[in-house]
Amino acid sequence: MEQKITIEPVTRVEGHGKVTIYIDDEGNVSQSRLHIVEFRGFERFVQGRPYWEAPVLVQRLCGICPVSHHLAAAKALDVIVGAGTGEGLTPTGEKMRRLMHYGQMFQSHALHFFHLVSPDLLFGIDADPAIRNIIGVARKFPDLAVQGVMMRKFGQEIIKATAGKKIHGTGAIPGGINKHLTQEEKDSFINGPDPLNIDKMISWSEEAVNFLKSYHKENKDFIDNFAVFPSNHLSLVRKDGALDLYHGVLRAVDSEGNKILHDVDYQDYLKYINEEVRSWSYMKFPFLTEYGKKNGWYRVGPLARLNTCEFIPTPLAQKEFEEFKAYTKGKPNNMSMHMHWARLIELLHAAEMMKELLNDPDLMQGELVIKGKKQNEGVGLIEAPRGTLFHHYRINEHDQIEMANLIVSTTNNNEPMNVAVNHAARQFMTGQKKITEGMMNAVEVAIRAYDPCLSCATHALGQMPLEITLMDKEGNVIDKART
Amino acid sequence: MSVYKILIYGYGNPGRQDDGLGNAFVEKLQQWAMEQNLKNYTFDSNYQLNIEDAADVAENDLTLFIDASTEDIENFILTPVDASTQVAFTTHAASPGYIVNLCKELYQKTPATYLLHIKGYEWDFREGLTEKAKQNLNIALEAIKEKLQHPEILINNFKDF
Repeated sequence: MEQKITIEPVTRVEGHGKVTIYIDDEGNVSQSRLHIVEFRGFERFVQGRPYWEAPVLVQRLCGICPVSHHLAAAKALDVIVGAGTGEGLTPTGEKMRRLMHYGQMFQSHALHFFHLVSPDLLFGIDADPAIRNIIGVARKFPDLAVQGVMMRKFGQEIIKATAGKKIHGTGAIPGGINKHLTQEEKDSFINGPDPLNIDKMISWSEEAVNFLKSYHKENKDFIDNFAVFPSNHLSLVRKDGALDLYHGVLRAVDSEGNKILHDVDYQDYLKYINEEVRSWSYMKFPFLTEYGKKNGWYRVGPLARLNTCEFIPTPLAQKEFEEFKAYTKGKPNNMSMHMHWARLIELLHAAEMMKELLNDPDLMQGELVIKGKKQNEGVGLIEAPRGTLFHHYRINEHDQIEMANLIVSTTNNNEPMNVAVNHAARQFMTGQKKITEGMMNAVEVAIRAYDPCLSCATHALGQMPLEITLMDKEGNVIDKART
Repeated sequence: MSVYKILIYGYGNPGRQDDGLGNAFVEKLQQWAMEQNLKNYTFDSNYQLNIEDAADVAENDLTLFIDASTEDIENFILTPVDASTQVAFTTHAASPGYIVNLCKELYQKTPATYLLHIKGYEWDFREGLTEKAKQNLNIALEAIKEKLQHPEILINNFKDF
């Protein structure tokens, strides 16, 4: 009798999704799917609105990563107002945006690791869910939990100082930025009382990387063999091949490291990327057009970025990057759990970048905005915490948005997450007579590695009940758990 | 001048009509506090609560969270926040109880914390509160201004809670 297992909603990810796993009469996983069950209508919502509103409007997509949408939209509108394609801004405009972006990256990566992932690592993926959570971490590892909270807080304060406020920030505007950093703000970030200063953030980031490396040493089998599969990897890289989270050219490599997308201008992304629709999910499945649906899908995010770039332009993160690359002998890393290692190296890089920028005098003086000959279409790309984020707008003669296309990071990772779910399900459930909570959490661990923001990928409204149902092939409920 | 440190924290999405009630409340109360020259108040606003808010709760004697409500209430309702043992399954859904619980575990403190729920009606992708929500906001605002004349009552009542 075939069994159908539903995990709904997936926990400790941003937003809501569900997983179904079918197990055949022999106990083999016959099919698994990550469904995104919320509807996305945002692209239509912005149609008809004045283009300059977009950087503020798009922040309504999600309260978790509004800064990424804010900046990607602003970058697209830079093109429309004739301010160039990411390289034409004033030094102040570009550096303030970068500080905002690295603040966002820092707080998002800290939240994900300390709040969402550390319970699995510290207690084990099959530990009692009553303790396998952030409250459990706070009780058993209070110093670690406080670090996570304060790193989030530091990043949020950087966002507030650069975007103007925490919600509906207005900092990035078409062609630049609308404020300088004040002396008071700069001083508070550099010399703030312990622990809220940039040097402490850097040292905590180093500790986080070391924590993960120690964990890896002790749990090699799990970290190196869980949900491992070959894939392509895509991200922005700086023109010289450096990791650059704010701007660059679009590069993809295959699972062996061969370049399959050769540092192209992202204004032309439609030439290279296509999206497939499948009936069982509201989230689309992007792929590289040249390689087709079957072979052209790719991963984005921290792991992909460290696979596509050649070096990291800050010293401490570069040292960690060299160790990371040496582990796979310079070849792309295709281990899903190594996403956490990559993410923490980026956390360290973001902290180093913030320090460099905070000490840059351009943030406190200089022209804020530049404009040129207006265009009617523009594309903005950014490496958001979860991966490459595409914003594309076309305007009409009345300066209204007539077309918007967004490919968010989580959508780019749709196929890899489905593959990861399948691997985890096969690894933990094949041949098992009873499906335990720990086995189901293993599936969630695979998804969580990608830090999906399902709200962004669709459009979140309300909550769904927490329910897992075990069904036979006729749809009869055999068992229920986790309500 | 109040001797107590007080945090007024509204959350919600002002781009979703009445979901912005909490944020609007904070703006109005902050204006009033400036006019009254009140000290020791901190005002904050965000899309939703998140883990770092536990640190801010720990630093204050009294915290007032303000959120929009879809529940069947009159105009508003003010309730003490119990340290919930329920763990949020996504950071989109961190509740005031979850934040207070985190504060308790991380900082060994349970300062007086209340949740002000103000009734809203419309939640579409649009800026601006509905007229009925604005009325509820003003009624709640007047009631809270009065209570904040004597924050010690809120603090002591919470201790008894």
